[in-house]
Amino acid sequence: MADLAMKNPLPPDVPLVLGKPSYGEVTDAVSRIVEKKPPRVWYIALAVTGTFTLILGAMLAYLVATGIGVWGNNNPVGWAWDITNFVFWIGIGHAGTLISAILFLFRQRWRTSINRFAEAMTLFAVACAGIFPLFHVGRPWRAYWLFPIPNADLGMWPNFRSPLLWDVFAVSTYATVSALFWYVGLLPDLATMRDRATTPWRQRIYGLLSLGWRGSARHWNNYEKAYLLLAGLSTPLVLSVHTIVSFDFAVSVIPGWHTTIFPPYFVAGAIYSGFAMVVTLMVLARKIYGLEQLVTMKHLENMCKVMLATGCIVGYAYAVEFFTAFFSGNQYERFVFVNRAIGPYSWAVWIMFTCNVFAPQLFWFKRFRTNLAVMFVISIIVNVGMWFERFVIIVTSLHRDYLPSSWGYFRPTAVDILTFAGSIGLFLTLFLIFVRFLPMISISEVKGIIDAPAGKKEAA
Amino acid sequence: MSKAGDAVNRPYGVLGAFDSPAALLNAAQSARGAGYTKLDACSPFPVHGIDEVLRIGHSKLGWVVFLCGLAGAGLALLMQWYTGAVDYPLVIGGKPFFAFEFSIPITFELTVLLAAFGAVGGMLLFNGLPRLHHPLFARDGFRRVSDDRFVLVIDAADPAFDATRSADFLRGLGADPVEVVES
Repeated sequence: MADLAMKNPLPPDVPLVLGKPSYGEVTDAVSRIVEKKPPRVWYIALAVTGTFTLILGAMLAYLVATGIGVWGNNNPVGWAWDITNFVFWIGIGHAGTLISAILFLFRQRWRTSINRFAEAMTLFAVACAGIFPLFHVGRPWRAYWLFPIPNADLGMWPNFRSPLLWDVFAVSTYATVSALFWYVGLLPDLATMRDRATTPWRQRIYGLLSLGWRGSARHWNNYEKAYLLLAGLSTPLVLSVHTIVSFDFAVSVIPGWHTTIFPPYFVAGAIYSGFAMVVTLMVLARKIYGLEQLVTMKHLENMCKVMLATGCIVGYAYAVEFFTAFFSGNQYERFVFVNRAIGPYSWAVWIMFTCNVFAPQLFWFKRFRTNLAVMFVISIIVNVGMWFERFVIIVTSLHRDYLPSSWGYFRPTAVDILTFAGSIGLFLTLFLIFVRFLPMISISEVKGIIDAPAGKKEAA
Repeated sequence: MSKAGDAVNRPYGVLGAFDSPAALLNAAQSARGAGYTKLDACSPFPVHGIDEVLRIGHSKLGWVVFLCGLAGAGLALLMQWYTGAVDYPLVIGGKPFFAFEFSIPITFELTVLLAAFGAVGGMLLFNGLPRLHHPLFARDGFRRVSDDRFVLVIDAADPAFDATRSADFLRGLGADPVEVVES
């Protein structure tokens, strides 16, 4: 079973929750954030991110009205920032599922304080990711052609032999299952919010959302089974999603893309970038909302360790790519990699190496792993580096086609840049709304890992 | 404190609130020992061991999820075969109209998708949710069950149920408050 109430197996000197709070104190610490007026910094942040979200809307409206020529994409670089941003965002989502599903199956109980937060991040990242391919098709109002919906205007079916269509199914399934998993996890906490609600509107809304949950033993019995099964389903799902994203490239015959290392390399990179984003957001949220008791240095340190491990896998993959190009004896493959290292985009490649391979090496030292400022800065560096990784893979492989007559160079337009900045705004706006209205830490799960509630009567 | 006195004609049952999972488990065991069979326990998080005491068997949800997953795989294969090889065959890159190899990604995704819907839908169905109201919600003693209270409910349908005596029984186990729940 799911064992939400299993005892904490860690030695007693590394508590997952500090200060031995009672059950009621855990409820208060988390619910208070949603019930109080948000701090001033929340309003300032929302004003900024909301502005960027509006910019995103304006850019997309401009694109729809004009055509995708407003982006810098050209021939031969037909995929550029749009697909880079898509892979970047979808990768960020992967950490949420890893924390909520894979760490759950491995009984890593430190996930408890951070899984809700990370899963919310997954949903918002996938929402941002979906925008880019949707608008890259050029006519987003025809996007339903991607699904096998019988219709008169197309008159035929999608091509199921294409990895791009596999991607449509993978990403939409991922978005749906992540939302279901997140919502199931929220149910007991929504019931808590309902029972604590003091205004009729809050009572009604949380009451409806909690679906009548009353925490009966029979509820929990099915609930834990459902949670376990969803974790079991999400685990291969999350691995499949970035595998299929990598198929978009690997199944093609473009030198630099056509390689079998792509699926594991993409999955490792996705987890890497996702953890970096969780650390970036968690360091801030923990500080602003005073969650040090529930999200301890132990949690953050573990995330840094995951970043170090996946960062090394990614570094290894970079090295293997270069070696394979050399060892293949294929002159086009070799050219792509020599061109990457010293060609017109070498600046991007070296940003990628510095950010992704060298920066996280600091995490070998406990002093840096447990320093909030250091981990915050490195997590941002890794976010930047992982964006450049996708840019390097996509653009350097395309910009010098087989014939020198079809060589080109990609430069982003202002619309490219503002659309990407706008997607960051949308992501953060959704996040701010989430922390305002929903408990950002799983109340019921945290109660399950408290050893001894300092409650009134029981002193275990 | 106790509202056992104002029992109405057909109550839903009687509830008693405890402070800790251990107290709830003890109380449930004592109630079983006293001959009560229709019991329920409500708690802010799953209390382990309560399933055995209340004789709640293993959840049947696994079967629902398995069948939904099977349906997802079957539908996905059928869809890809019918659209590509029967209804509108198109030659693309000399690839076969249908093959298991290229069908795997979408088959896998739809298996997971339908299985996940099965897990959530089945969980709600088995739990009798969603519902807008439940007799227990009306009680003050129930309000903190999503916070830090552990409530044992003796159902009125229990042959050993008697509003006054069952309430006294729960009070004897240390429950506070104890309330008769109107249906």
